[in-house]
Amino acid sequence: MVDLPRRSLLAGIAALGATACSKINDSETAKTLFEAAEDGHRTIHRALAGKQGLAPEYSRAERSPTFRGNGSVTVADPFYQDQLAKGFPEWTLEVRGLVEQPLSLTLADIRALPQRTQITRHDCVEGWSAIGEWSGPQLAALLDAAKVQSQANFIVFRCADVLYGRDYYESIDMVDAYHPQTIIAHTLNGEPLPEKNGAPLRMRIERQLGYKQAKYVKAIEAVESFDTVGQGKGGFWEDVAGYQWYAGV
Amino acid sequence: MKKHALSTRLWHWVNAAAIIVLFMTGLNISNAHRYLYWGDYGFDAKDAWLSVIKFPGWATIPQHYNLALARDWHITAAWPFGVGLLFIWVAMLVNGHFRRDLTSTPRDWTPGAVLASVKAHSGGGTVHGYNPVQRILYGMVFGVLLPLMLFTGLAISPGFQAAAPWLLDVLGGRQSARSLHFIAAWAIFAFFVIHILLAITDWRLILEMFTGGKREPVAPPAPPLPDPVPVPVTEEGTPAHG
Repeated sequence: MVDLPRRSLLAGIAALGATACSKINDSETAKTLFEAAEDGHRTIHRALAGKQGLAPEYSRAERSPTFRGNGSVTVADPFYQDQLAKGFPEWTLEVRGLVEQPLSLTLADIRALPQRTQITRHDCVEGWSAIGEWSGPQLAALLDAAKVQSQANFIVFRCADVLYGRDYYESIDMVDAYHPQTIIAHTLNGEPLPEKNGAPLRMRIERQLGYKQAKYVKAIEAVESFDTVGQGKGGFWEDVAGYQWYAGV
Repeated sequence: MKKHALSTRLWHWVNAAAIIVLFMTGLNISNAHRYLYWGDYGFDAKDAWLSVIKFPGWATIPQHYNLALARDWHITAAWPFGVGLLFIWVAMLVNGHFRRDLTSTPRDWTPGAVLASVKAHSGGGTVHGYNPVQRILYGMVFGVLLPLMLFTGLAISPGFQAAAPWLLDVLGGRQSARSLHFIAAWAIFAFFVIHILLAITDWRLILEMFTGGKREPVAPPAPPLPDPVPVPVTEEGTPAHG
């Protein structure tokens, strides 16, 4: 038999890959390839599932016993903390940007809209999952009420939380904005959202990963492109760490 | 007559590169949440069936923890892997490689057959055709492990689930799919190690995976008959891909 130093062989392969990769990682070719893959995944998912294809929904018995909070789990802003203590009586959600009729809605306004309740699974980019029951109006209802202009291509969510000194934000395109399961949730498992899960309002975009589910939402903004929003990549983690804007994989 | 069809050789090397990238980026991704669960959900270490080690930098791509970049590489390399798997399956079915070499019968699974295979191999002589152990191992890799890797990978994707929610039901939930993805990865790694150790015993085997080599007659008939040996469907000359 051959006496092979297995560990050094593996290390050798690893080193080979690493040297090659550190060069390839920074190259334009790799970036173009990754972007093509990201666009390809979005196109294929929508072709297979349909633009309105639903994410799986679960029964109450299938919910996880608790719902993990991740990323920002608290908001430092004194106004937020004051509102949290009082039950958000003066919290407003603005709908603005490329709309005919900008809106400013209180939580009572939001609860008065037609509601959707869905028990869905939340998949974090890190790999874990939690299942919870969310209630809130569909984003489509708000966008219709505000009369989104035809040149709007994306919806940006502005958040109250600050991570690494930057305001959290996220964005989705109009397909996901008008998806039936895209709701602005104010209730988790029958209770008002806890702070760690995004009180008082968080987005549910059920066919994408957790970092798209913006928490502590203050404003919804219709934009033509997100080039001038944040650092131009369409979201906090996209800007900070280079995460994919389409988080369906 | 070539020992390895062009389609086999092409796939072999493209797949080898894809698998190395997928495995090493996969270890980087694993470092993001080092717990595995069964069922649909799972986020608490106390519910985990396995707490995975933190894989060291030399084993991962990139060499430091970078989930975004590792994911970019992983899901891009998944394309040559997935499309390649479909390609080689079609090629193997068309050129007869699957039926001829990778199907095993209950008799191949007996301890006697396995022992005979090992003996024949350790003798150092030239072995013709695929022995029972090879049939079983390659059959498992092509029939079970590689497809399992692909399907569990697809099932983990929240965007793909809207297209095929049944896939999650079959696999027992998203966290089960993730666990199976991890297990299958290490099973493929184990095959990879054995495969390389055996190939390295005779460098000509590796060379043949580039050149195609030359197929030995299937079994030398005891009395040399004038009749031509029935040759299975040829793979060379058959448009295996395109």
